[in-house]
Amino acid sequence: MASSQTWLLRPLQERSTQLFLGVLFGALIVVTFLHLFMPQDSALHVSAYTVTLLGKYLCYALLAVAVDLVWGYLGILSLGHGAFFALGGYAMGMYLMRQIGDRGVYGDPVLPDFMVFLNWDTLPWYWQGFDMAWFAFIMVLLAPGLLALVFGFLAFRSRVTGVYLSIITQALTFALMLAFFRNEMGFGGNNGLTDFRDILGFNLRSDATRLGLFIATGIALALGYIICRAIVTSKLGRVSIACRDAEARTRFLGYRVERVQLFVFVVSAMLAGVAGALYVPQVGIINPSEFSPLFSIEIVVWVALGGRATLYGAVIGAILVNYAKTVFTGVMPDAWLFALGALFVLVTVFLPKGIAGLLQKRRKAKDDDDPATAQEATA
Amino acid sequence: MSMFEQLAKRDRVFEFLAPAASPVDVRHGPILYLEDVNVSFDGFKAINNLNLTIDDGELRCIIGPNGAGKTTMMDIITGKTRPDTGSVWFGSRHNLLTMNEPDIASLGIGRKFQKPTVFEALTVFENLELAMAADKRIFPTLTAIMKPEYRDRIDEVLEMIKLKTLRDKPAGILSHGQKQWLEIGMLLMQKPRLLLVDEPVAGMTEQEMERTAELLTSLAGKQSVVVVEHDMGFVRSIARQVTVLHQGSVLAEGTMDQVSNDPEVIKVYLGEEA
Repeated sequence: MASSQTWLLRPLQERSTQLFLGVLFGALIVVTFLHLFMPQDSALHVSAYTVTLLGKYLCYALLAVAVDLVWGYLGILSLGHGAFFALGGYAMGMYLMRQIGDRGVYGDPVLPDFMVFLNWDTLPWYWQGFDMAWFAFIMVLLAPGLLALVFGFLAFRSRVTGVYLSIITQALTFALMLAFFRNEMGFGGNNGLTDFRDILGFNLRSDATRLGLFIATGIALALGYIICRAIVTSKLGRVSIACRDAEARTRFLGYRVERVQLFVFVVSAMLAGVAGALYVPQVGIINPSEFSPLFSIEIVVWVALGGRATLYGAVIGAILVNYAKTVFTGVMPDAWLFALGALFVLVTVFLPKGIAGLLQKRRKAKDDDDPATAQEATA
Repeated sequence: MSMFEQLAKRDRVFEFLAPAASPVDVRHGPILYLEDVNVSFDGFKAINNLNLTIDDGELRCIIGPNGAGKTTMMDIITGKTRPDTGSVWFGSRHNLLTMNEPDIASLGIGRKFQKPTVFEALTVFENLELAMAADKRIFPTLTAIMKPEYRDRIDEVLEMIKLKTLRDKPAGILSHGQKQWLEIGMLLMQKPRLLLVDEPVAGMTEQEMERTAELLTSLAGKQSVVVVEHDMGFVRSIARQVTVLHQGSVLAEGTMDQVSNDPEVIKVYLGEEA
């Protein structure tokens, strides 16, 4: 602990993080290889469709990591993280809309199609600047970050916690959904933003761009994981756990609990925004349904299933549940929600610590046999 | 006096000009003054014209029947409850009524709660680490590293509270008495000037009680310690000065012998217990 120079690089020295990154990058390389070098008719070939699907899972995994950071380590059950995800997505969507230029149905060089359709003659002020990638990418972080800052400042200052906070976050995302449904908001109403053409000059419909987005998402997940891990293993991470378990005690130790909460909440919201921004070009659309309360609750289910307060558990949970969702909705579309519900109940009853809990139990059994770690514990 | 004249006066330092972390001023002896403090909750007077002075380095026991206002008094000192009237000063420079909980804590007032609250998910070592006097703002905390001198200080406290062998165990597995000690240890890590200890021996065995008495008496002199306790045997074993609270105000003050011979005290408190 003492030997590490910078807090951000500290996680790279942990075995668990090395393992996580190894598996993640291994998977990226294998998928890339199978996609590029296996012949189309081979059973091992990974199609562009699958690559994009996997990219979508990785976005969800990053979102789940963000939720786990606030729920697992800070004890704030956010049922509104979909809002930050969607805001990041909309920021990216606006950039992609501006990139269409005059190739839209109405051929207007500046106005997106839906604005022409609504008979608007100028671009609203908040659409300015989104034709520049750097500006849009900053907004991907800033829009969810600012919302989290204002919302968190008000909520944490008033010491709103527990189930009340969960309900307010739920209300937040619901209110945003209703707002974004309105055409007057200027975000495309219930159709959202779609019909994207290219990103940073690359054609979004080409296989190479899709692969690039998939790899970019994998790298974003790795970076997000390292950032979260760095926070969690820092003294601030231990203070977060202290806030989670005994808020009043932490305050009497001299920590400003509301600022700790605000900081972690804003970081988490920004990560969710990045996940949303990477999601939009891969699925090709962003609409207000991403703000739906149900989606935000689903994220929490992924984290619970994977195992709270582990980070990698959130990744496992997000990928597994969404894979199951893809399979189930293909085979029996009507049964999906029942399957999800059953999965959640079974995990809560039989695996209260999620899938990660199972892994930890196995590792602990191994550690007890390992004399090196046993010695460290008594030293 | 006009606004200008007030500002032009040169014989005092304005509050906004004074250094924020000015040291506690105990030149006059007392480290804590409570004067004419009143608190009422929905018409019930929890604290009634309370006057109390604690000297620097003193070990003071506060006793009193349930509802005498002992915990409310602690709440006022630590900033959790605001009194209706009265003044509370820490040394002769810091007005505690204008400060919030974290500020008061970083000023050097540590509090141990009635129910032991330690961070059960963290190890004993980490509990002490978080309590350690340090820059507790967000970014310094995020980038904090464990320096050897911090480690030594933590180990020193671990030695004092006899939890050295449990250093890397989660605090959740500690026994009740050990949690109480850990909490006292956490207070010591804060390097407080004044320790407020609420019922430290509740639920302890005879042996643990002795150890706690030893610990608290060893602290007095270096720190001022205020102990609120029900257990008369324990109070007798550590106390030099005892204050008896009753219905929110001071009923008697003196040595244990003086206090326990006071007819008023016998009537309201000791009488009930005997």
